[in-house]
Amino acid sequence: MNSSQLMGFTTFAYLAASFLYIAIFVFRAKKLGIIASVFTLIAFLVQTAAFGLRWMESYQIGYGHAPLTNMYESLVFFAWAIVLFYLGLEYKFKNRLIGAFAVPFAFLSMALATLTGDEIKPLIPALQSNWLIAHVMTCFVGYAAFAVACGMGIMYLLKSYGIEKSSGKKGREESLLSTLPDLNVIDDVTHKTIVFGFLWLSAGIISGAIWANSAWGTYWSWDPKETWSLITWFVYAGALHARFTKGWGGKRIAWLAIIGFVSVVFTYYGVNYLLSGLHSYGSAG
Amino acid sequence: MKAKNNEIWALFASVKLALFTFFILAVTSIIGTVIPQGKEMGFYIENFGAGTAKLFQLLNVPDMYNSWWFVSLLALFSLNLIVCTIDRFPNIWRLVTMDNLALGVDRIIKMPKREVYTSELDPAAVKQALVDTLASSAWRFTSMDKEHGTLFAAQKGNWTRLGVITVHVSILVIFIGAIIGSALGFKASVMITEGRSTNKVYLYDGQATPVDLDFEVRCDRFELLVYDTGAPKEFTSDLVVLKDGKEVLSKSIEVNDPLQFGGLTFYQSSYQAIDNAVAVELEKVGGEVKKFFISPGREVTWPEEGVRFGIVNVMGGAMGQARFKIWFKDEKAAPSQFWVDGGKQVMIERPDSNFAFSARPLFATGLQVTKDPGVWYVYLGCIMMLVGLYIAFFLSHRKVWLYITEEHSKTQLHVTGTSNKNKLGFDNDFMALTDHLVKSASLKLTKEGS
Repeated sequence: MNSSQLMGFTTFAYLAASFLYIAIFVFRAKKLGIIASVFTLIAFLVQTAAFGLRWMESYQIGYGHAPLTNMYESLVFFAWAIVLFYLGLEYKFKNRLIGAFAVPFAFLSMALATLTGDEIKPLIPALQSNWLIAHVMTCFVGYAAFAVACGMGIMYLLKSYGIEKSSGKKGREESLLSTLPDLNVIDDVTHKTIVFGFLWLSAGIISGAIWANSAWGTYWSWDPKETWSLITWFVYAGALHARFTKGWGGKRIAWLAIIGFVSVVFTYYGVNYLLSGLHSYGSAG
Repeated sequence: MKAKNNEIWALFASVKLALFTFFILAVTSIIGTVIPQGKEMGFYIENFGAGTAKLFQLLNVPDMYNSWWFVSLLALFSLNLIVCTIDRFPNIWRLVTMDNLALGVDRIIKMPKREVYTSELDPAAVKQALVDTLASSAWRFTSMDKEHGTLFAAQKGNWTRLGVITVHVSILVIFIGAIIGSALGFKASVMITEGRSTNKVYLYDGQATPVDLDFEVRCDRFELLVYDTGAPKEFTSDLVVLKDGKEVLSKSIEVNDPLQFGGLTFYQSSYQAIDNAVAVELEKVGGEVKKFFISPGREVTWPEEGVRFGIVNVMGGAMGQARFKIWFKDEKAAPSQFWVDGGKQVMIERPDSNFAFSARPLFATGLQVTKDPGVWYVYLGCIMMLVGLYIAFFLSHRKVWLYITEEHSKTQLHVTGTSNKNKLGFDNDFMALTDHLVKSASLKLTKEGS
């Protein structure tokens, strides 16, 4: 049993977990709830073991580094962070309906990972730093929160547009949407998730700056990755200011949660493939 | 005129302007990620056409993050932060330092979060018992006699009101650090051949202007380690700092582990193999080790040991795969000739003593040299930002009041409170306090209406 096989199993497990959570929502199968949670938790633990195993394997090969160094490893960690964050949210807010809008992101990330090479490669000198773990972990905890916030933004819009459309007639669609949490609850949790993500994104940008300074003597060089992380930071900073001072909520914050996540995806994924810069070692090759 | 000033002030203090600057900064920042930065004019003409290239030059797009208009946007962003901070600070400070006992009792007893209790004791007895009970509560109360009763007040986290302002100031501190760095610091580079030293570095200003250092840096050794895949594993340089000819500091630097001296930092950034130069290490077994930096085709002597040698032939590339053909002689026997692989050791057996011989290509280490007196301000700003965000998002200012009064000849105890954030957490705190009061036997409280 090696880490790649365990990761492969995790990919299918997250797909199955996604179906379970979607089934809870679509078929109002509340009885599936505990099954979905336990199943997802087991898949998460398997992935955690796979993560540890891959770390060990890298030492056995003689390269010896944390599995957080290329596109494959970061996508896997992204999925792990999404599930960890989601399970925490489920536990805190005692609501499993968010799962249908969060766990599929973890599956997508794993699926994308399987399309990139999973070979353990040696680390170039620039990446050999203790800041690697701090930088990647802070960034991806933030990204995971933003992914879940995006899922909840979609959930909010689905419910609020659904209600508008079916106002007057009481169709099946409406009763399905009525199983979703109240709009103001979704709104509140979305906001709190963005707040959480924003703190970690800030920490991620800062740890990256300190690392860059210790490796190259420049804490900020406006390379595309840095610049896009700042753009993402501005999007969420804007959303938070609009809410705190202008009382924005509802659809506007839901849309901002989605736009913000698009910016996250571009910062993380798009920049590597469409633009060139210092983070080029993060690309698939 | 006054009104107009106020309007301008209000604009610069406004969140509307902040949202506008966020938006403009975010959108314009995209330009520099799509259009490659810092290329020659020819590159832009070739890729975008002469007309567009001219426009780029006019707007300084090839170096847009340092252009007048982008820097102006950052200045506008800073001005917005400064004015907003000055504008709001008095109000925030008032909330931090406010005397909660001075607040009107009418307002206090109508707080949304409230409970009312009655006691069979008289007000003076309740007050006496309350002092003891509150001493063991999670809050630190102060009290004041009012017209119709006694008011107790306590608060937690009043300083957390400063969280948001800390975040705003942190951005300004980072900017100050960046300005100090660009005004008083520099970025330069230098190549130092193994065995050599330098007291000059060369600026990245397009002309490589030399900067004199008041000390010397010597490179004793450069080492390139590769993985079995051929990818570079580590670049290491043994550097020595010399001040007035004396060694004052030595350190092996590698990527991610620079050398700091005299306000400068030396980063490992590149390397170069030197043509026609070989580093030789010769060890008399059981004796001395000596290093030589030599050119092929030249005879070298080690007089103390009476040894002469030279490199007669070099084969192969520069990356350590080179082979060297060596000619070696001492006074005891006929000269010997042999091949040695780059980086490997060969034993030379001579009548009196044996020598370990190794040779490898000579390198120059490429160092990035920076002076940045502003970086500590930047780091201070970063810490302030994270601490400030944590306070602003997760900590709250919570206040509670107790008011003892007499109503219809019954002693009443009002318990009220408020929190600026995290209402759920505050509800728990509040409940803990009321539980504590109710459980205290000396107060003899019953809930109003029950």
